[in-house]
Amino acid sequence: MSTPVSLEGLKKELPAKLRQVGWGLLVVGIAAIALGYVIDPRRMAFDNAIGYLFFTSVAVGSVFLIALEYIAGAVWSTPMRRVNEFLGSLVLLLPLIALPLFFHLHDLFHWTHEEALAADKVLVAKSPYLNVSFFLIRFAVMYLLWSLFYVLFTRNSTKQDTTKDPRLTTINVRLAAFFLPVFAISLTLTAVDWAMSLEPHWASTIFGVYYFAGTVLASISAATVVIIYFHENGYLPKLQRDSFYSLGALLFAFINFWAYIAFSQFLLIWYANLPDETIWFITRWKNGWEVVSILLIIVHFVVPYVALLTQDSKMDLKRLKLVAIWILIAHLLDLYWLVMPSYSEKVSLSWTDLAFPVFIVGLAIVVMAYKMKRNNVIAIGDPKLERGLSFRL
Amino acid sequence: MNEKHLFAVTALFDTPDEIIHAAHETTSAGYTRFDINTPYPVHGMDKAMGLKQSRLGVFALVFGLLGATSSVLFMTWVTLIDYPLVIGGKPFWSWPAFVPVAFEITVLLASVLSVVTMIVLYFKFPNNSHPLHDTPYMKKVSSNKFGICIQADDPTFNQKAVEEFLAKVGGKEIGPVFFDLEDLDHGQHIFDPKFIGVLALTAILVSGGTYFTFNKLLYMEPFSWMSAQAKLKAQRPSDLFTDGIGMRRPVEGTVARGFLPYPFKGKPDEAAKNLVNPLLPTKEVIDRGKTKFLTYCSPCHGNFARGDSRLAGQFPNPPTLHSDKVRNWPDGSIYHVITEGQNVMPSYASQISRDDRWAIIQYIRVLQRAHNAKESDLK
Repeated sequence: MSTPVSLEGLKKELPAKLRQVGWGLLVVGIAAIALGYVIDPRRMAFDNAIGYLFFTSVAVGSVFLIALEYIAGAVWSTPMRRVNEFLGSLVLLLPLIALPLFFHLHDLFHWTHEEALAADKVLVAKSPYLNVSFFLIRFAVMYLLWSLFYVLFTRNSTKQDTTKDPRLTTINVRLAAFFLPVFAISLTLTAVDWAMSLEPHWASTIFGVYYFAGTVLASISAATVVIIYFHENGYLPKLQRDSFYSLGALLFAFINFWAYIAFSQFLLIWYANLPDETIWFITRWKNGWEVVSILLIIVHFVVPYVALLTQDSKMDLKRLKLVAIWILIAHLLDLYWLVMPSYSEKVSLSWTDLAFPVFIVGLAIVVMAYKMKRNNVIAIGDPKLERGLSFRL
Repeated sequence: MNEKHLFAVTALFDTPDEIIHAAHETTSAGYTRFDINTPYPVHGMDKAMGLKQSRLGVFALVFGLLGATSSVLFMTWVTLIDYPLVIGGKPFWSWPAFVPVAFEITVLLASVLSVVTMIVLYFKFPNNSHPLHDTPYMKKVSSNKFGICIQADDPTFNQKAVEEFLAKVGGKEIGPVFFDLEDLDHGQHIFDPKFIGVLALTAILVSGGTYFTFNKLLYMEPFSWMSAQAKLKAQRPSDLFTDGIGMRRPVEGTVARGFLPYPFKGKPDEAAKNLVNPLLPTKEVIDRGKTKFLTYCSPCHGNFARGDSRLAGQFPNPPTLHSDKVRNWPDGSIYHVITEGQNVMPSYASQISRDDRWAIIQYIRVLQRAHNAKESDLK
């Protein structure tokens, strides 16, 4: 008893007002970033690192979600996949946000200082990995790999809109099998390069997984916000409540996963009680950082956990959208908590912290508008679409 | 008697969408006593059947909270009251270590007890008799069909009307199901003595068998009563250390508990001046001093410190302790003599603990007073 869906006219543009807001935020963001770099380049560099990690979370995480749908053979998410593809296109713009940082590596990374290296056995031992040229090579290789897979996934997906060729899905499934290990390694290296190496004496083997948990949360949340916006404004055909339940359940699962990983990292370091490991948590437990730490537990775990606990709340679109926005902010707080203690021992807030989030939101809206002009909002050629639209748990 | 009673009218459907539709129609038609049988859980069925939310979730919450609190309380009791043990230099009550255990117990109790509750409360275990059992209908709905069964005890039940209604909503193989009155309550109840007896017997056999197998038949770790332990033993050689000795020598300058070094070695005058008896002449102290004096001192000094010992003649007799000289000595001087020895008398530092020496001195003072009692003492 599947409801017949009209799949015509799905190439709709975003309303002009929203596009203007997007451009406005983008311009304000760029101005704020430029001003911030003039006033306090060191602080701005740290804000930039947070911005880079956040941007990577949403962009690369979206490509991961595309791959996940293909490899798991998921049906429920097929009508929503284009949103992930649109957000995934941000991957191509990664160098844009990393570029200013390459001129401020000395502000950011202690291990780039020759004189620090001279007096430090640990840094010398780590220097085969932690050196500027290899750092840049890693960035370039990861960027190219991510872009390559993004382009391949979306090219096949877009081609399918006209050819309706089911073999393209099979190709993408195989691509996904290659992408997932690449993703696992590259995301771990990103977390190590941009967050963990801020304190080069400290190491945690679970750190990559911790960042991965945040990445998946951020990309699902970003997609959720867009999907519900599309659904409310008639961009998507009417989806079953079961589809939104799956979306909410995935979000809920990763909220728990994040808490599980975050606590695992803490528990092992607390248990072993080694000075060179505990120092990382000690710096986050004094000079006001303890407030941020407790706030992080409440904002990133307790509140969204309670908000999505019941079955009905996972299907309540209003609440789902709110929680998704909330989690995006929580992920920003999480990155602030990871990065900023290396900037100053005392907790500090500045208006410049908002420059990158504003810039990223503006950029995302502008990119969405650009992609929607050229692409269908729904993958009309996908053989799984029909089943996805009438999806029942 | 083998009288057949009508239990219900059943109908089969082919797809989950059809059964949801049928359930919805049945609810709208006003039937309340009906059930749906499907080969797997069909989501959205609760709503279509007009069911209220199951109370099983509340049970799960209660059991989960029970697991969390009981495990935390148990660990608190173990680490604070029953067996406080310093582990890794952490405080006794180290909550981060409790979290994984509390989490696991929470999940365990919530899931296991919820299933048990469901089986006992909703499936009426151990009663396993139901009119639909062993019917062709049940065989089909547990394979690839979706079935509805409208029961005869529904207030608006009318066999003909129900059959027509089911045909209208698209049901196939519509037919009645009968049951024997005898069979209805055939199975046991939870408080049936037979059931409880079998349950208890099973528990005893399983636990007894396990105990016997592990502790009596198998003699292997960890069921070897800890007789074989991979640890260093006192007075035994060990190849862990290069010198081959299992016990380690204490670090240079180590001071054993209760054996502080004596600071007035060879300095009797300073001992007399600086040492003060820390013990008061209470009954307990004097009793203890008496015991120790009779054990260690009396063989030479005599039971009353008169210098008339049991060893008299075989050994140079010590002088009496009732002389003016000893009576006017400060406690520190006597302590010094016990600790260091004097003339023929050896040091008693290794035999008599410090507190016992001070107790002996109190007892000697008592003996001295008894030997030189004043008029006033006799009153």
